[in-house]
Amino acid sequence: MTNLPTYTAQKPPNAESSEQLRARIPGWGADLDPNDRPSVPKQRLDPGATGAHWEFPERQPEKWPRERSIEHAFLTPVFGTSCPPKGLSGAIRKFSYRRYSEGRAAHWLLLIAADRVDAWEAHAASLLTTRPDNPITETGLRAEISHNGLGSRFGQKRADTIHQVLDPVIVGAPWILACGLAWRAVRSLRRRGRSARA
Amino acid sequence: MRAMVYRGPYKIRVEEKDVPQIEHPNDAIVKVSLAAICGSDLHLYHGMMPDTRVGMTFGHEFVGVVHAVGPSVRNLKPGDRVMVPFNIFCGSCYFCARGLYANCHNVNPNATAVGGIYGYSHTSGGYDGGQAEYVRVPFADVGPALIPDWMSEEDAVLLTDALATGYFGAQLGDIVEGDVVVVFGAGPVGLYAAKSAWLMGAGRVIVIDHLEYRLAKAREFAHAETYNFTDYDDIVVHVKKITGHLGADVAIDAVGAEADGNLLQHITGAKLKLQGGSPIALNWAIDGVRKGGTISVMGAYGPIFSAVKFGDAMNKGLTLRMNQCPVKRQWPRLFEHIRNGYLKPSDIITHRIPLEHIAEAYHIFSAKLDGCIKPLIVPDAG
Repeated sequence: MTNLPTYTAQKPPNAESSEQLRARIPGWGADLDPNDRPSVPKQRLDPGATGAHWEFPERQPEKWPRERSIEHAFLTPVFGTSCPPKGLSGAIRKFSYRRYSEGRAAHWLLLIAADRVDAWEAHAASLLTTRPDNPITETGLRAEISHNGLGSRFGQKRADTIHQVLDPVIVGAPWILACGLAWRAVRSLRRRGRSARA
Repeated sequence: MRAMVYRGPYKIRVEEKDVPQIEHPNDAIVKVSLAAICGSDLHLYHGMMPDTRVGMTFGHEFVGVVHAVGPSVRNLKPGDRVMVPFNIFCGSCYFCARGLYANCHNVNPNATAVGGIYGYSHTSGGYDGGQAEYVRVPFADVGPALIPDWMSEEDAVLLTDALATGYFGAQLGDIVEGDVVVVFGAGPVGLYAAKSAWLMGAGRVIVIDHLEYRLAKAREFAHAETYNFTDYDDIVVHVKKITGHLGADVAIDAVGAEADGNLLQHITGAKLKLQGGSPIALNWAIDGVRKGGTISVMGAYGPIFSAVKFGDAMNKGLTLRMNQCPVKRQWPRLFEHIRNGYLKPSDIITHRIPLEHIAEAYHIFSAKLDGCIKPLIVPDAG
């Protein structure tokens, strides 16, 4: 073992030479010269290359107070308009943007918390519509049957099957929790009703 | 129009939504003909990316036909067949002027640390994405490009992110002739990164994953030497053994936030969201690369902290390079490689699924069913 090149100035040799690789692999070495690599150098000042015909873009109309990072000097001239903040989740989001910079963990943890609240709000609201959330169709579970769910997992040496059992818990837990809370609320109301009658 | 809509972690459905409108003079509206699901879409789908709102339409890999253009658009007209990079960028800010299109400062009010990305939460600007019949495309004179007549839509849609990102990842490795390159992850980006490493003169390309069917694809598509990390007690020690105890010259993390290989890291990162993601592939890269080596990070992580082994990275004198890919900057050279027959992007497509069945498509891709490597979404499947 003392003659391992690693412990000397040598580098362990590769099994194939550059000539052998060039003959075996189409395109081998086509970008060997860094000058042929499009992202070399990393920064290359060339403002005319992009197609922009403005120094600063025109501003997109702001149709509602658009939340923004306090690390920005102002609202960017262009922005997405999907899903304006609403409800309790929207209030949490607006507070997070207004109060904390991106450098603060609180900013991101509040946004993640708002995402969970948003999902619960949406699930609850969907129950009042003609198309309530359907955890079976919306999770695509039918694919377990149509696309070989069992055969794709077992006997495959996969590392992820051990935690995939948690996925139904993540999806189902809020529903179970909501049903439990609803049941407690109904029971409490019934008890109060009985007490009042007595 | 019909569009994919997020309903909460692990839940999506197709809904009727309004066709997007021109909101800025340089907007275009594109009728999507083909979209794809990206591995990073799964981070949204699993509820890992902060400010992912119920009702958002995902999808940052798509091609289509221009349906309408705003009054200041000069380079496109209705009827043009276009490919759209996943980056939304203005072309004129400090960063765009220097080629850092993924880091544009004028398109994402929600965060300064990331540019604009279609359908990728409000953390990436709050834009709806292309897993729908129509999509709003800002800065139509800057981002989209006409699909060349000789190029198929399937190749074009893979150029909008996955191929460009894999190729970019190999570039960030600063590969020199004869380098040993180890790629963690044999998904689409890992496969393309491995294939691209040869273009840059690698002497040996090693791909590591736990899914046998993807490793088989890495051998066939990317001419790579492959190892299943579940076959080894410690994959880092194995990498050292097969590299003469030196370590690889270059390591590429093509996994990101949902890496497997350490249950504690996966559960705290991907399931409990207590980290910005499971950094196990990145930590393997740090430990598996040689001292003085280079790590290229293409895997996507969330914005909160992750348990990354920076002490080892410092002590080993590593160079860590990373960014979201500036897609359009890669295209001219990638077009040449495709025309020369060096790359055939569509070779990794495994599933073509109608938009109406997108919930199943996400589940197949997420749970790695049916040999899935790259699923395409067809909005108008007839």
